[in-house]
Amino acid sequence: MIALLQRDLILAVRAGGGFGLGMAFFLIVVILVPLGIGPDMEILSKVSVGILWVGALLACVLSLDRIFSLDYDDGTLELLLTSPIPLEAVVTVKSFSHWITTGLPLVVISPILGLLLGLQVSDLKWVFISLLLGTPALSVIGAFGAALTVGIRRGGLLLSLLVLPLYVPTLIFGANVARKSLADISNNSALLILTAVTLAAFSILPFASALVLRINLR
Amino acid sequence: MLLSVDNLSVSRGGISLFEGLNFTLSTGEFVLINGGNGVGKTSLLRSIAGLQPIDKGKIAINADNFIFAGDANGIKTALTVLENLRFWSAIFGGKNLHEALEKFQLRQLKNRFAGKLSAGQKRRLSLARLLLTDRPIWLLDEPTVSLDKRSMKQFSKILKNHLEAGGAAVVSTHIDLGLTRSSLTINLEDYQMKNGNINASVKAFL
Repeated sequence: MIALLQRDLILAVRAGGGFGLGMAFFLIVVILVPLGIGPDMEILSKVSVGILWVGALLACVLSLDRIFSLDYDDGTLELLLTSPIPLEAVVTVKSFSHWITTGLPLVVISPILGLLLGLQVSDLKWVFISLLLGTPALSVIGAFGAALTVGIRRGGLLLSLLVLPLYVPTLIFGANVARKSLADISNNSALLILTAVTLAAFSILPFASALVLRINLR
Repeated sequence: MLLSVDNLSVSRGGISLFEGLNFTLSTGEFVLINGGNGVGKTSLLRSIAGLQPIDKGKIAINADNFIFAGDANGIKTALTVLENLRFWSAIFGGKNLHEALEKFQLRQLKNRFAGKLSAGQKRRLSLARLLLTDRPIWLLDEPTVSLDKRSMKQFSKILKNHLEAGGAAVVSTHIDLGLTRSSLTINLEDYQMKNGNINASVKAFL
């Protein structure tokens, strides 16, 4: 399983691996929005949490179809299915490597982008924490969508249509954590629900994805 | 007995391919599957590997006993030959990595990116995976595609060694592998459905 993670990470940083694609997209979205809204820092800081979260969501969707389709195309997925590693573990590892290559870079640069959008330093912490807790769920939920659409040519758009609605709970409570801190209200409940959503996704979806993959590979 | 196939019927895309197929495979045995294009050779191997549902009958095989090599090579073009093999070696828990490199004449190529290999070299890399595991049954779908004469001979030798060492294999091929000890040759054309039962194919909305 470590070998699979290692291989996925190496593939991501090699030519054509798409590492940094999500981050670059995130960066551009966050820079473009103020150009549209205008330089009023007060308005910007009000919408900044929403921009960061929606930007992260879209950046995450961008690379989802890579999770399984590349391995499906060259036959690796079939071979993994007949290997000693359970498919549930394969799905979990692949979601995790997607998070490391897509989600984690977004989490890391989010405080800097938050500053650009006029967030206070004390609020940056909560943007960071909410993204750190929420983005793993985005990868696991996305892997489920990728499993559903594996084998469909140009299934990328269909994948986004399937996955984005499933992102709603994470988005609502993730953005809520940071927004409540902006309004100086206790964000404990939102934080707990966000964590619960992520944990629930991690405990259920790898099994669902493995099941779907088995059906799709037939 | 490593594998037994009992009264097997398989279809693909709603079209029945063959029915009433029976055979068994024991240690040291080698089943050759013949038949023209579209007769169901690949489907048979895939259903034995559990990659395809069956219509009727029974396949008895231990999931930890076989390794499947289909028409797709399962090679990552952005990894080197050695990295590709090392990955599969880690997955299957094998240790014979260097033996596999040697036997398939990949040692000189080991630091080359798999994407820069020729079709035959890619095939050899794909087949080298077979030596990374102790699993006895090899399920091989057209293993010698794009191999040159020398590599084919070499592969026949490796297969022979595998059988002599207590392995077994089910191989679909058009080409004479030069193996005299095929325990059983099945021509799938003999098992074709007599009254071509064609179901409507599944329609999907999206």
